[in-house]
Amino acid sequence: MGTVKQDLLLHVKDLHKRFDDHVVLAGVGLDVLRGSVFTVLGQSGAGKSVFLKCLTDVMQPDAGQISFDGRPLSFTDPVARAEFRRRCSFLFQSNALFDSLTALENVALPLEQTTDLTDNEIRRRSLEALRQLEIDDHSDRYPSQLSGGMQKRLALARAIVTRPELVFFDEPTAGLDPLRRNAVFAMIAKYQRQFSFTALIVTHDVVEALVASDRVALLDKGRICFEGTPAEFADSTDPVVCGFRDSADALGSSLAAIRRGENIQSDDT
Amino acid sequence: MLELLGRQTLQIISGLGDFALFTGTSFSSAVKSRRLARRVARAVYEQGALCLPVVVIVGIFTGLVLGLQGYYLLSRFGSEGLLGALVSLSLVREMAPVLTALVLVGQAGSALAAELGIQRNTEQIVALETMGVSSHGYLVAPRLIAALLVFPIQTALFVAIGLWGGSLSGSLLLGVEQGVYWSSVERAVEAQDVRECFMKAATFGLLTISVCAYHGFNAHRCRTATGARAVSASTTRAVVHSSIIVLAADYVITSFLV
Repeated sequence: MGTVKQDLLLHVKDLHKRFDDHVVLAGVGLDVLRGSVFTVLGQSGAGKSVFLKCLTDVMQPDAGQISFDGRPLSFTDPVARAEFRRRCSFLFQSNALFDSLTALENVALPLEQTTDLTDNEIRRRSLEALRQLEIDDHSDRYPSQLSGGMQKRLALARAIVTRPELVFFDEPTAGLDPLRRNAVFAMIAKYQRQFSFTALIVTHDVVEALVASDRVALLDKGRICFEGTPAEFADSTDPVVCGFRDSADALGSSLAAIRRGENIQSDDT
Repeated sequence: MLELLGRQTLQIISGLGDFALFTGTSFSSAVKSRRLARRVARAVYEQGALCLPVVVIVGIFTGLVLGLQGYYLLSRFGSEGLLGALVSLSLVREMAPVLTALVLVGQAGSALAAELGIQRNTEQIVALETMGVSSHGYLVAPRLIAALLVFPIQTALFVAIGLWGGSLSGSLLLGVEQGVYWSSVERAVEAQDVRECFMKAATFGLLTISVCAYHGFNAHRCRTATGARAVSASTTRAVVHSSIIVLAADYVITSFLV
């Protein structure tokens, strides 16, 4: 038990958020262990992005507690917030790359603005991050000149260049085809091992998430209705988990049926 | 009706407070912003070098028209010799600061509002905040500092080119002696006029660039549209509000200084 406490990096308890009458988060809580890959699953509109924004200090929750490395985060404590931001990174669904900066300038930006490193050291570290993500050949190109996969890697290079302890991933595979989805999750798993950061991912891609994660939680109607290992998720008999899991299975079955040349009928026909 | 009036008034007061806070935050975050000089230099280039051709063109034509109108007006009273005084005082006290500000709003201000609006739409501004970088300090402060430098310089340039335009139409086309024109300029313009000119230029620069930045930065709060239309609406509002503010501020400053 003592070991678990020691390895706890992020602790979230009873997080609430509502917009007028619409309750988005109704008491969300979870624990993320240091060095793990934790995935929060949920359907579109389940409140995953709001949850992540509350965690990353972009949005203020109505109530609840967030502790990072044992220290409570409060909107009224700018020192704790600054420390949190220094030790965390965020990978946006849209990548949020600076389109008027080159790949190298994009990666260098957080170092230039948050550290006192010399220009040479910043350049060296930025090039090193680009090289580790295998896009150093494109360091002088603008994001719009890179492919979707390269942009994702560039965003990850920018996220890890400050050597963060925790990286948040917001729907990293949104809008990608199945092959690219696999590639992105494989990339996250590979670099998570290589750089030893803790990853918190929100996504609705069940299969890829189960393969890449150490722990999984399911967010439904503003609450965490399941938390456990991917194996436990696969074996769970909880009706919400079954429904969510079966939707992915149904897609797989439909694809298999299409391959066999059968007609697909929806439930309501 | 009364309720609507009250709500609108509250909205305006709240908006003004929000704008003042935005400008104040931008300046205060500049203190902590790293490598600010580079971004100020970039903003000086955008507001200065890129806008130079338009300032030169508008300055020449303003001087030419002032020379023509002034000559025909003064010749009615046999006072063509005062053409230089008329052109120079018109330019220095009013036309140069106002027209330069309007030109810079049209070019640099609208570009700034659109750029920040797109950056807001594509989450670039949120990305800065999540990195622990002040978006006010990184994106807005350099533009405001540059405006305080560039607007007076562009205005001085406008005056110089406008005077030359006045001399072109007055002396070369209409026959006023060059020496008479320039000595009239020298006699008419006093230090107080130049101070007023620069004070207006700096004030207009600060106000217009912060209004344009404010609208672009808050494009996501646009009530009438979303996405690209919100950027377009914010840019339009930025230009319209800035232009009105220039004219209103001109009246206020002039009424205090005259």
